[in-house]
Amino acid sequence: MNVQTNNVSENNFEQCIKCTICTVYCPVVPVNPLYPGPKQAGPDGERLRLKKGVFFDEALKYCLNCKRCEVVCPSGVRVGDIIQSARLKYSKHKPSIRDMILASTDLVGSTATKMAPIVNPVVSSKPAKALMDGILKIDHRRTFPAYASETFEHWFRKKAAPLQSAFAKQVGYFHGCYVNYNYPKLGQDFVKIMNAVGYGVSLVDKEKCCGVALISNGMKKTAKKHAAHNTAAIAGLLGRCEAVLSTSSTCTLTIRDEYPHLLGTDNSAIRDGVLLAVKFLYSLVDRGEIRLVFRKDFSMTAAYHAPCHLEKLGWSIFSIGLLKMIPGLKLTVLDSNCCGIAGTYGFKKENYEVSQSIGQPLFEQIRSLSPDVVATDCETCKWQIEMSTGFKVMNPVSILAEALDVEATVEENKKAGR
Amino acid sequence: MRFDTVIIGGGLSGLVCGIKLQKVGKKCCIVSAGQSALHFSSGAFDILDRLPDGTSVRHPLEGMRHLPSTHPYSRIGQDRMKEYVSATTGFFADCGVPLCGNPLVNSYRLSPTGDFCPAWLSLSDFFLIDEPAVDPGARILIVNIFGYLDFNPAFIAAGLEKSGATCRIIAVKLDEMERLRSNPSEMRATNIAKVLDKDYVRSELVSAVSKELKGESAIIFPAVFGLESDSVISEIRNSFDTKVHFATTMPPSVPGIRTQRKLRKHFESIGGTYLLGDTVDRAELSDDNTVLSVGTVNFGDLKLTADDYVLATGSFFSKGLCASPEKITEPVFGLDVDYVADRKNWYDTDLFATQNYISFGVSVTDDFQAVKDGRPIRNLHAIGSVLGGYNALQEGSGAGTAIMTAFRVADIIIEKEEKR
Ligand SMILES: Cc1cc2nc3c(=O)[nH]c(=O)nc-3n(C[C@H](O)[C@H](O)[C@H](O)COP(=O)(O)OP(=O)(O)OC[C@H]3O[C@@H](n4cnc5c(N)ncnc54)[C@H](O)[C@@H]3O)c2cc1C
Ligand code: SF4
Ligand code: SF4
Repeated sequence: MNVQTNNVSENNFEQCIKCTICTVYCPVVPVNPLYPGPKQAGPDGERLRLKKGVFFDEALKYCLNCKRCEVVCPSGVRVGDIIQSARLKYSKHKPSIRDMILASTDLVGSTATKMAPIVNPVVSSKPAKALMDGILKIDHRRTFPAYASETFEHWFRKKAAPLQSAFAKQVGYFHGCYVNYNYPKLGQDFVKIMNAVGYGVSLVDKEKCCGVALISNGMKKTAKKHAAHNTAAIAGLLGRCEAVLSTSSTCTLTIRDEYPHLLGTDNSAIRDGVLLAVKFLYSLVDRGEIRLVFRKDFSMTAAYHAPCHLEKLGWSIFSIGLLKMIPGLKLTVLDSNCCGIAGTYGFKKENYEVSQSIGQPLFEQIRSLSPDVVATDCETCKWQIEMSTGFKVMNPVSILAEALDVEATVEENKKAGR
Repeated sequence: MRFDTVIIGGGLSGLVCGIKLQKVGKKCCIVSAGQSALHFSSGAFDILDRLPDGTSVRHPLEGMRHLPSTHPYSRIGQDRMKEYVSATTGFFADCGVPLCGNPLVNSYRLSPTGDFCPAWLSLSDFFLIDEPAVDPGARILIVNIFGYLDFNPAFIAAGLEKSGATCRIIAVKLDEMERLRSNPSEMRATNIAKVLDKDYVRSELVSAVSKELKGESAIIFPAVFGLESDSVISEIRNSFDTKVHFATTMPPSVPGIRTQRKLRKHFESIGGTYLLGDTVDRAELSDDNTVLSVGTVNFGDLKLTADDYVLATGSFFSKGLCASPEKITEPVFGLDVDYVADRKNWYDTDLFATQNYISFGVSVTDDFQAVKDGRPIRNLHAIGSVLGGYNALQEGSGAGTAIMTAFRVADIIIEKEEKR
């Protein structure tokens, strides 16, 4: 009896009851016959791997790490974590130059931003795409996200930072690589909202990429360094901020759950303080601590896509809840499906077809609804949906910022002494 | 976050209760940790196949008169049971889940082992018959998918031949399925269904089977069709001049999964909130035994509040009840659980004997109010397999109890509102 109750492995694979429910909901299984599926790749394979590492199957690289298997498992098995840990532990595959480039979002980003006017036309040009396809095996059919000419950090330091100390309440912001290098506008929108409801914003000291792309490309050592740095820097910030917020569902999940589960980084001191901005905002509204006032002339139709990592966090309800507060917004919630990109996965030539067929049901639903914009909390979902459907994609935070009547909101929150 | 009713557990009972409440305009939230027992269901709903002493039951409403007063059906009472039993088929049809069978009389279904077992209602994929036998003159073609082992045509043929029918078995090899077979993840019902959901694979199957038909009066397929939608079922049926039936496979259950998805979709389409993959892990109670709020793993410090709470967390299998070496507990509220103290009496080492642990469950009042430390909790009701006082397996009463108690508690909550 004692043996039974005290025997729980790190990623609890022995809790598996072999029901194959995870396989039903795995988006890769129906489109890629080479992938063994979550049950086989996860708990079943783990039993063998524990005996001998040679049982490791390189086909585990086809796992998107979307965690849909974990959401549905009736037995609470951390299937996705088992698979990713096994890849990190046993894979003999050395990251190629391509993988390293795709994974080093901050290094590449900082160079590209400086040279944005050159880099953007070059990476989107035909010869460059052919080169990337031929030599780097980055699929030529992909469109690359454009790099901004000024990083978010630079903008923040110059334009926003000096104003932040005027606010009595403070939050931290983990902007992530995408906001910093590709889309500073989202970060600016975030600051606009927080300031309007009476919160000052500080950045994480020398923020490093959360590490998600490093993890999925097998670069554990570098990922661990990033994790250690970010954990310490966030802890510092939490000393004087109510929470450290992010506008990316993937950065949030990585810092909260992948740090301890995949990298073995102890984040217990910061985990509960790291939240997605929409959850924090929703809670404030729910508790009556802030009020949001929206423009009367705002009108938009939007279709909301819940990113896989947000489904895992269980927080899509907050994005949906906030969007529903906007009177001029007509919102449809799309069926829960993976878009197929899974970070750097869909950029790789060998995954392109699979990635696009996974996303098909989602793309079709978007086309049939034909909304003004698609709303989603993940940057890579945004690239995938924009590239595959042509519809404009916005983060819910940006939609809120656009719909917000800033002056009235500031007024309202001051008046109430909030 | 505020709702009128928060339901913990999104299996059959939680969903039925949520749909009934949401229909009359109550704002409901269902929190569900993982997928439910419906994923493993035979596709038939049982209400009362046998009495506790083993006597088989033909008319469930009649049979329930012989149940002890602590049985959930006795708590609901004859009149209401009659109303609910008659309303079930219509309720599910409204949710897009067609059922077959006479709700007032038990019928028989074909089990995966070829026996005819009693059943109350069934998903319309399957067929129910009045007597445990088929027409002795029947000639039946049983079709399997080559390489699929969770469906045993030989057992089924043996069962049907007992009543005099003649059976022939074929296994159809499909190119697309061979690709699946090369995949180490086994040939399981759901994986096969995903392949058969593709139009061109299905037409390949239909033409292969048509060629094989030699004047048979019926065809039986394993129930591996229509994971996404049941239009596939009618399409297969319309592809043959012969009658087409489907037979239950070993779990996972394709029709069960489709049903779970449809109920959830229906609940959401009428405005309900369904949080999948989250676990309610704490509750706040006032001194006078009223639930003030519940908390979940994903929501952290943000609480869910409501006028009423419903516990539909299932049995041991779904972690609605937890057994440790010494005791059996209800993990969310720490409710009183009815069970026999001596562990030796929890189970019988004969697997097929009546297992007492199945009838263990949370204590409730006649109004299904959950009881903690001997005192009923005013605004917490328990439904479905988390309840004690009945043995779903021995009686054959699993789905029936889930649906009947869900109906009853929804009515209690609605009546409470009317009184207010
Ligand atoms: C394997 C199996 C097969 C069965 N087959 C049949 C059949 O063919 N016919 C029949 O009539 N009956 C069958 N039954 C009986 C079955 O129990 C009932 O039919 C019915 O489905 C029970 O429904 P329920 O909603 O009460 O519980 P469940 O379906 O078990 O649902 C409970 C739900 O609550 C969730 N949950 C638990 N704890 C928490 C928490 N703390 N927070 C959030 N969510 C939580 C679980 O994840 C689960 O989704 C079967 C039972 C099992 C276990
Ligand atoms: S869903 Fe969970 S319990 Fe079922 S096979 Fe997958 S890992 Fe195992
Ligand atoms: S994480 Fe996603 S892709 Fe990987 S096994 Fe689970 S469901 Fe499949």
